Amino acid sequence: MRNPLTLAAVLAALCGSAALADGTVAPGDVKYEDGAVAVSLTGTPGDPANGPAVIDRKGGNCIACHQISAVNLPFPGEIGPPLDGAGSRWTEAELRGIVANAKMMFPDSMMPSFYKTEGYIRPGVAYTSKPPEGPLDPLLSAQQIEDVVAFLMTLKD
Amino acid sequence: MKRLHMALLAALVSASPVLADEEAELVINGDLHIVTRAPAAPHLEGHLDEVISGWVFRSDETQALQMDDFDNPGMVFVDRAMEVWNTVDGSEGKSCASCHNDPAESMKGIRAVYPKWVESAKEVRGIPAQVNDCRENRMGAKPWKYEGNEMAEMEALITLQSRGMTVDVAIDGPAQSTWERGKEIYYTRYGQLELSCANCHENNFGNMIRADHLSQGQINGFPAYRLKNTKLNTVHDRFKGCVRDTRGVPFKPGGAEFTALELYVASRGNGLMIEGPSVRN
Repeated sequence: MRNPLTLAAVLAALCGSAALADGTVAPGDVKYEDGAVAVSLTGTPGDPANGPAVIDRKGGNCIACHQISAVNLPFPGEIGPPLDGAGSRWTEAELRGIVANAKMMFPDSMMPSFYKTEGYIRPGVAYTSKPPEGPLDPLLSAQQIEDVVAFLMTLKD
Repeated sequence: MKRLHMALLAALVSASPVLADEEAELVINGDLHIVTRAPAAPHLEGHLDEVISGWVFRSDETQALQMDDFDNPGMVFVDRAMEVWNTVDGSEGKSCASCHNDPAESMKGIRAVYPKWVESAKEVRGIPAQVNDCRENRMGAKPWKYEGNEMAEMEALITLQSRGMTVDVAIDGPAQSTWERGKEIYYTRYGQLELSCANCHENNFGNMIRADHLSQGQINGFPAYRLKNTKLNTVHDRFKGCVRDTRGVPFKPGGAEFTALELYVASRGNGLMIEGPSVRN
């Protein structure tokens, strides 16, 4: 078990930016390089077993737009590309960057930015139609993103 | 080409819900032929080639409900509005009929050209704004909630008098700046999901978003009876729901923004026919 404080310090050094107290990189501090994010957002390896839960409606609802044969969910959408074989087409860093903020790689992408908290026009609190009173949470947590990236890396051709 | 692509996808994605027959023709009561596909208006060049009624995207069962007024659940509300039309309300002792007589004559063609610039008010208005103007200033009655049930039902009665007429809203002259504002709103990505109207309804119509078959978001069928909430829905109510679903904060129904958006979206349907009250899911 690594010391989270040490990890935070290492991360901060690696990214050249501040990390949250628990070692998590804050949404505003993520470093994108050609849309890819090389460094883990948490320092804790993603758990691919949690991937399907993140993909489902109560998580990031990836399935609303993407077909993913490996998860048995009805009515996959066809807005975005099917994700079968994603782990063969992309590197982990690229997948992390796309999930965190796809618009860094594809400026016109319709895909929501899952690890971002600012820069929105008329944002509301979830589906309440009410404006937020404080800072927004990102659509997915840093660990959820690491988990879903780990899962996507298992989708090989 | 696009249709072939869709048919292939439908065949491949085994779990897909049943799609509508995209070649079906909308004929109401056996004799009113409705144009559900038309060449796009010139202002849509580079955006859309063809404009398509939302009816085309619905399931066979939902389509059928709109083809006979005895099956169309929206027609019950039109009957109710006809009673309201003839009922005196407010301090001036007037009903709608006191000034406008038979809506079949006085309201014919209205829905096909609205929203429109109203010279006396010096602004673009939707039908509900005109109804409330009458209620407040001529009848001495309380205004209705812009997107409420009473308004949706009265708008349906007015709309029915234009059913089968071609949508032809003006986008130039005094309406132009409002139309431009509506266009800007249409292409703005709202909410935490950062979605514009165009993301779904221009770039992805025909595609499935989970179990929903995305349409072009045309409003020629409004007010629409939705199977989802079993009532008539106004355009602004639907706009409100769409912005909410972007994890956003909607504009106020009846306000300048949604009125501008309604004019713009209506203009994207120029060439289609008024269908309201339509049946949607």
